[in-house]
Amino acid sequence: MDGLFAVYKPQGVHWKHVRDSIESNLLKALNSCPPPAPQLAVQFQLLSSGENSSSSKDLALSPTMVPTLADHPLVTGPQFHKVHVGVGHRLDAFSSGVLVLGVGKGNGVVKVCYILYDYTLEGEFGKATDNFTDTGRVIEKTTYNHVTQDKLERVLAMIQGANQKALITYSQVDLRTQEAYELAVRGLLYPLGKSPPILMGLRCIHFNPPHFSLEVQCVNETQKYLRKLIHEVGLELRTCAVCSGVRRTRDGPFKVENALTRQYWTADSIIQAIAHFHKTTRRIRKSGMYRQTAGQMNSRAEVQEQIRSQTGQSEQINRDEFSSSASDTVVDRETPVTMSEGRTKPC
Amino acid sequence: MHVCQRCVSLLLSRPLSAAGQQSTRALHQRSHLILLQHSTRQPPVHRLSQGHSRETWRHFTDHQAASPDVSNKTDLTQKEVVPLNSDVHQISSQVTLSDSQSIDLDVAVRASPLQEVSEEEAVQIQVPSALPPESSTLRPYVDKSETLSKLVQLGVNLWELEQRPNVGSMLVRLDFHADVAPRLLFLKDLGVEESKLGRLLTKNPFILTESLDNLEARVSYLKSKKFSKQSVAVMVTKAPYLLNFSVERLDNRLGFFQKQLGLSAEKTRDVVTRLPKLLCGSLEPIKENLKVCELEFGFRGNEMQHIVTTVPKVLIANKRKLTQIFDFIHNTMDVPHSLIAKFPQVLNAKFLRIRERHLFLEYLGRAQYQPSQPNYISLDRLVFLPDDVFCSEVALATLEDFERFQKTL
Repeated sequence: MDGLFAVYKPQGVHWKHVRDSIESNLLKALNSCPPPAPQLAVQFQLLSSGENSSSSKDLALSPTMVPTLADHPLVTGPQFHKVHVGVGHRLDAFSSGVLVLGVGKGNGVVKVCYILYDYTLEGEFGKATDNFTDTGRVIEKTTYNHVTQDKLERVLAMIQGANQKALITYSQVDLRTQEAYELAVRGLLYPLGKSPPILMGLRCIHFNPPHFSLEVQCVNETQKYLRKLIHEVGLELRTCAVCSGVRRTRDGPFKVENALTRQYWTADSIIQAIAHFHKTTRRIRKSGMYRQTAGQMNSRAEVQEQIRSQTGQSEQINRDEFSSSASDTVVDRETPVTMSEGRTKPC
Repeated sequence: MHVCQRCVSLLLSRPLSAAGQQSTRALHQRSHLILLQHSTRQPPVHRLSQGHSRETWRHFTDHQAASPDVSNKTDLTQKEVVPLNSDVHQISSQVTLSDSQSIDLDVAVRASPLQEVSEEEAVQIQVPSALPPESSTLRPYVDKSETLSKLVQLGVNLWELEQRPNVGSMLVRLDFHADVAPRLLFLKDLGVEESKLGRLLTKNPFILTESLDNLEARVSYLKSKKFSKQSVAVMVTKAPYLLNFSVERLDNRLGFFQKQLGLSAEKTRDVVTRLPKLLCGSLEPIKENLKVCELEFGFRGNEMQHIVTTVPKVLIANKRKLTQIFDFIHNTMDVPHSLIAKFPQVLNAKFLRIRERHLFLEYLGRAQYQPSQPNYISLDRLVFLPDDVFCSEVALATLEDFERFQKTL
């Protein structure tokens, strides 16, 4: 029962509660197994032979094996006290979505670096609060009638441009070389080492004012950064916006379809999920992607291989989701090919 | 092997340091002493507070027992090895005697251990069990102590009890016939079922140290307040700490509930029988909950009474969670006070469940909670049905749809 599996964390719940409830469910299942047989101890029991009335009685002591009470489950307690369940990349209480957990030996692999996360951000124009969410204290209210989808797309493109520049800087490639250009064309650039949050892909899914939703692919992010992003989008549009939901739809190879909802947080379903992801876990372990120290950098080839495999998996889905915004105009770029490639192939 | 009682007493009287300096002569004399665990037919009352001398003596003889002399067993007809042991009371008297005498090291052992003892006497001498004076678990004591073994047979979870500070040593010091048995009989007379006794004692081991007069006084007080015998038994089973509280405290609480809620005596009794924990805990959180319901939620007096009589748990529920649920139901689901008062069970349910189900119904367009409108869904059906029944009957959708919707929240 060692490995990784994904769980859908509901909104409003701290990730620790999720981890604790899964651990207690697993412990319950483990402790319900029948306990080992109690040890037997030798006891000498006195049998008096009744018919002898003579002075020298034959005292017969017969040895019998009697189970000791010291091994009784009520005295020893439950067999298992702890199951090591670790969390990969945390989600704060406001967000929901895919949360990867590791059990036993899977804990060594659970903090995988060099992977991408997909988020769906829901936003609302017209308000600004102190903690960038719609449950906070309202600071400002503005009108949003002037906001159109076109303007929103333009702002998103501008943000993505800035992020692409950051990506090139942090991936430490010299874009004047042919190899670097080819990597960029195929969308295999990746920040090595420590970097601030970088968005690899950003697009608008729904727009009906005041509500809108964005899809983001990012690296090294925190959920607060994403909420702040919504706020900044609002500022760029000369209005203000709050985030009403952050939902992680993908955490590396673990997608929403594979995540377990609350009624399935039982030992059987978890074991099934771990078996399902067994190959993926082994691949991650072999590729050595889980080294936590940012200083140790794997070779670029390994990183690209990882991204390529993920891209291959996600490409189909992205192609389906890609509706109208793919063909939108790309404004003022230095290297238009790179940018559009970067948008069509989110990696 | 034949053992001399007197040599045993002399062994006892010496401290360990002197025993360590025993001459080889003494060691040789005792070389055929063999120690064996003897089953105690009449188990000695296990007390952990024995003197140091016994412990040292035991260590010394353990050391001796490490080198048994097997060949000397051959003259026994049965496979019995006479243990080296001592009876508690005998030894104590002998120790005092020998202490009063001056011990002359040259004449160390007066009687030879080869002195024969009849077999009846040999069988009757008992081994004091080699138990550690302190241990972090009750495991070494369970087999030897009658109290502990009877408790385990009753179903008391000793492991849980030994996690609590000082409870383990308290249990080990209890005497079964003097302390435990009368109280168990008392509880049985009260009407508590035997199968529930284990759980009761696990939750409240201090019922075994409460004096019987107090227990009886409290039961008679409850009966004087016209609680039937059966309801008293049910209350004690549900709230194991009930009988540890004094009569004044119980009286105070019953009076508070009757006055504050404005219920009749009959209804107060009913509420208390269903949730006897109300009588055990402190009154401050209950007062706060009542204030919250009145001021924050805005329930009127008669609505409050109905809620408390239907779902007494509202009084001891977590204030924050209660507020969260009420806020969602009243403001987001737009359910008026009267409807909530009619179905107070929703206040007891899990918030996430209510939220997911309501959002699913809203997504399907079936979120209708007004009884006057068609397709009305009552709040208790919203909350209490299991998932598959809810999906098929209330939401008219499949379970997979519900799961997929859950993943979009």
